[in-house]
This record gives sequence, structure tokens and C-alpha cells, in this order.
Amino acid sequence: MNFWSVIYDLCQGFGVTLRLFGLTLLISIPLGLIFAFFSMSKFKPLSWLMKMVIWVIRGTHLLLQCVIVTFIPSVLLKIPNKDFAAMIGLNSISTLQFVFVLIAFSLNYACYFAVIFEGGIKNIPKGQYEAGQVLGLTKRQIFFHVVLMQVIRKIVAPISNEVITLVKDTALARALSVTEIILVAYEKVNKYAVLSPLLYAGVFYLAFSGLLTILFHFLEKKIGYYEVT
Amino acid sequence: MENKNYLQVSGLCKKFGNLEVLKGIDFSLGKGEILSIIGASGSGKTTLLRCLNFLEIADDGEIAIDGETIFDGSLYRAHKIKDTELREKRLHFGLVFQNFNLFPQYNVLQNVMLAPKLLKKGSTQELEEKAKSLINRVGLIDKLDNYPCQLSGGQQQRVSIARALALDPDILCFDEPTSALDPELTVEVLRVIKDLKQTGCTMVIVTHEMEFARNVSDRVIYMRDGLIEVEGTPEEVFDHSDNEHLHKFLNSGSI
Ligand SMILES: Nc1ncnc2c1ncn2[C@@H]1O[C@H](COP(=O)(O)OP(=O)(O)O)[C@@H](O)[C@H]1O
Ligand SMILES: [Mg+2]
Repeated sequence: MNFWSVIYDLCQGFGVTLRLFGLTLLISIPLGLIFAFFSMSKFKPLSWLMKMVIWVIRGTHLLLQCVIVTFIPSVLLKIPNKDFAAMIGLNSISTLQFVFVLIAFSLNYACYFAVIFEGGIKNIPKGQYEAGQVLGLTKRQIFFHVVLMQVIRKIVAPISNEVITLVKDTALARALSVTEIILVAYEKVNKYAVLSPLLYAGVFYLAFSGLLTILFHFLEKKIGYYEVT
Repeated sequence: MENKNYLQVSGLCKKFGNLEVLKGIDFSLGKGEILSIIGASGSGKTTLLRCLNFLEIADDGEIAIDGETIFDGSLYRAHKIKDTELREKRLHFGLVFQNFNLFPQYNVLQNVMLAPKLLKKGSTQELEEKAKSLINRVGLIDKLDNYPCQLSGGQQQRVSIARALALDPDILCFDEPTSALDPELTVEVLRVIKDLKQTGCTMVIVTHEMEFARNVSDRVIYMRDGLIEVEGTPEEVFDHSDNEHLHKFLNSGSI
């Protein structure tokens, strides 16, 4: 076993892990905000539907959701995944698998974020909205200039927990043959009959979540410049 | 001659469900005058201020400023007021809250400047100058960069007065501006309100500070159970009224 070639392949795998991680956050955070607004909507059917979806998604396993998403084209549209990939212009089935996983991850995390956002938004005292109203601000202005910063401040800690959980959850993608780092590590374990590649993979995770912890700590300090009312 | 009927409120009614909180409030106030509203807790004082500021929409009655009707219950019972319209109406009044409601993430200057800036009331430089002069007027020019959490309650309340003044409201309302404050901090806030009177600011103040109400007000209203029970000059209300409820209220230890 060549140590450096194993590390090189693990790096490739970690690249996929990071891509899934980054894209999931990029989609699920704004989507979570939208979900939160839907869930708080005054239009009751929308609010109920959203709460139901959030309940189902949070109450079932991410792995299951990934699998369900992969079956959607073949079951609902009666198109095999290979043809479906070609149809939407993806050049390989493995890219399609990645997209499926990304969709499942984004929906799943959006639901978790939605709950955090909703909690944060509801936590803002009514007086803050009223102060904005009395000053003639629009609802938008009140949200973006008065409420949002206070919400962000209250939710950094729970959000950072979710983000760190996401780092580890990306390993689930291997069930759909997405070649993220753990899948690569297993291949090496099987090929060379040694456990060390898995340990190296662990070091990658550790380093990355360590980095995130430091980043979030910095962020919390940065926006914690004032005391919460 | 000053306009004696600068603010005119007539027949103002407000219900929450079955609970009639305002049962037909009538009063008027001259430009530059101070009206104090006194009354036991639950008598509807806060609700009255909230109706003036359109935080609640009254069910019936009329509000006019300088002859211009800004609320007419008979019109609005059928149609909901549009958001843009509501915001314009709100700008006639300013409101200083009992618990300040400053924006914790902004410093003193930013708190005062936020609304004028978002409402594009002038260039940033003009607005900053104006904000500073208001902050100076409430005696906090050395606290421009401080955040609300770094200020005493009295200082926070003075900032919130400056914030309300920044939009040049026709009438500034105060809902028990000192009742969240320690007695020694109450004085500084009351002094600011007194100073405002010198500048011709028309004010409606809900207060439990009877000495203050007597000394600075032009008119005093005693509210009870959603109605104005006694109205008049401070002398008329505090010295010459023979209203039993008012007597009991003034002599109760709860004030
Ligand atoms: N949003 C509301 N919903 C229901 N009842 C309310 C609401 N606001 C005030 N009330 C009731 O209206 C009455 C008058 O309240 P308020 O105007 O706050 O009186 P005050 O300021 O004189 O103490 C109280 O009985 C109070 O419980
Ligand atoms: Mg009150």
C-alpha cells in the first residue's frame, strides 16, 4: 500500500464530501428560511402542510429519504435513472446519484434549519416589531433591519450544531455510491486489508469540524458584541 | 393664536373580542400643549395610545390633526387600511414605550438614524447631524457609540425619545415612560420631556407621576373603564374635582 496514493485518493473523496456539504448548506439555509415563513404563514393550509412535511422529514431517516428520492423518476415518471440522467443533461449516472443525494440532504437540512429559524424569529419580542411599525417602517424593513440580526444572533449556536452534524452525515451518501471519503476509505480497506485508511478519513473529518468549530466560535464572538434583551 | 383643536379625537371605541376597552373617547388638544392621561391600570390608557399610533385599529370614532381627518371609523369598518396608508398615518404620531424597545444591535446614533435613513428623509450627512443634535438635546452626546445594553434605563429611555423625535411627529405619545425606571433615573427623563415642551412639541403622556402631570400638563384626563371620567386643567382635575373615583384613585397608595 502506497501511503501517498491512499492519501491522494482520500483527498479526492473528501473533495466530494466538501462539495456535498457546501452545496447542501447553500441550498438548505435559504430554503429553510422559506420553509420557516411557510410554517408561520397566516394562510393555514400552507402552514399545516409545511409543518406536516417538516414533521415527516425530521421524523424519518436521511438515508431513507435519499433512497426515496432516487426512486422518484423510475416510479413516478416510469423512466429508468439512466435515461433520466440523459434527459436532464447529466453525462453520467453517478452525477445523477449525487444530485439525488443533494436534493435529499437539502430538503432534510432545510427542515431542521426551518425549525431553528422559526424558533429564533418567534423569540423576538413583540416590542421590537412595534417600535419599527411606529417608526413607519415596512414589514420588509422591520424584518431585514430590525429583526434579522437579532435572530441570527440567537441561532448561531444551534445552526453550528447542525452544520457540524452535516459534516458527518455526508458519509451517508456512500449508500448511493457517491464516492465521498468514507466510501473511498472502505475501498482501500478492502483492497489492502488494513484499517488505516478509515483512520486517515477520521483525521480529515476531525480537522474539518475543528476548523468549523473555530469559525463558528469566531462568528459568535463577532456578532455577540451586544447583550440580548 | 395657537390652534386649540390641533388634535381632535371623538367617539373612539375599541373592543378586544367582547371586551370593550375604549367606550367612546372624546378630547382635543392645542398645538404645543401637553396632555396627561391618568387612571388605574386596565382603564384603557395604553390602548388609547396604541389606537392613536395605529398599532391597534379603533373600531369606531375619528382622529383629526390640524383639521385633517386621519382616521374615520365609519370608513375603515368596511375596508381594511392598506399597509402603505397605515405607515403614512403612523408618522403623524411618535410613541415612546414603557420598556424603551431600543434596537439592541445598533448603537445610540444608529438607533436614532435607522428610520429616517430607511425612509430616505435626507442625505446621510444631514440625517447624522440631525440625529446628533437630537441626541445632544436628550443629553447623551457622549454616548453616541454605546449600545443600549451599556446604558442605564433612564439613558435608554432618553435615546428612545430622540429616536421618536427624529421623524418629526406632529404629536409625541409616551406610555408610562418612567414606570420601568428607578426613581433617581425618572427625574432625568421627566426633565427631557419638560425641555421638549419649550420647543413646542405637542405631547400625550400616560403617567403615574402625579406631581409631574400637575406641573407640566396643560390638560389632564382621568380615565376609568374605557371612558374619560374627568377632564380639565391640572387645577380642575387635581384640586377642584368632586369625582369620587378620581379621589379614590389619587389617594390610593398604588400610585
Ligand atoms: N391585545 C389585547 N387583547 C385583549 N385584551 C386586551 C388587549 N390589550 C389590552 N387588553 C385589555 O384591555 C384593557 C385595558 O388595557 P390597557 O389599555 O393596557 O390599560 P392601561 O394601559 O390603562 O393599564 C385590559 O383589561 C386589558 O387586559
Ligand atoms: Mg398601560
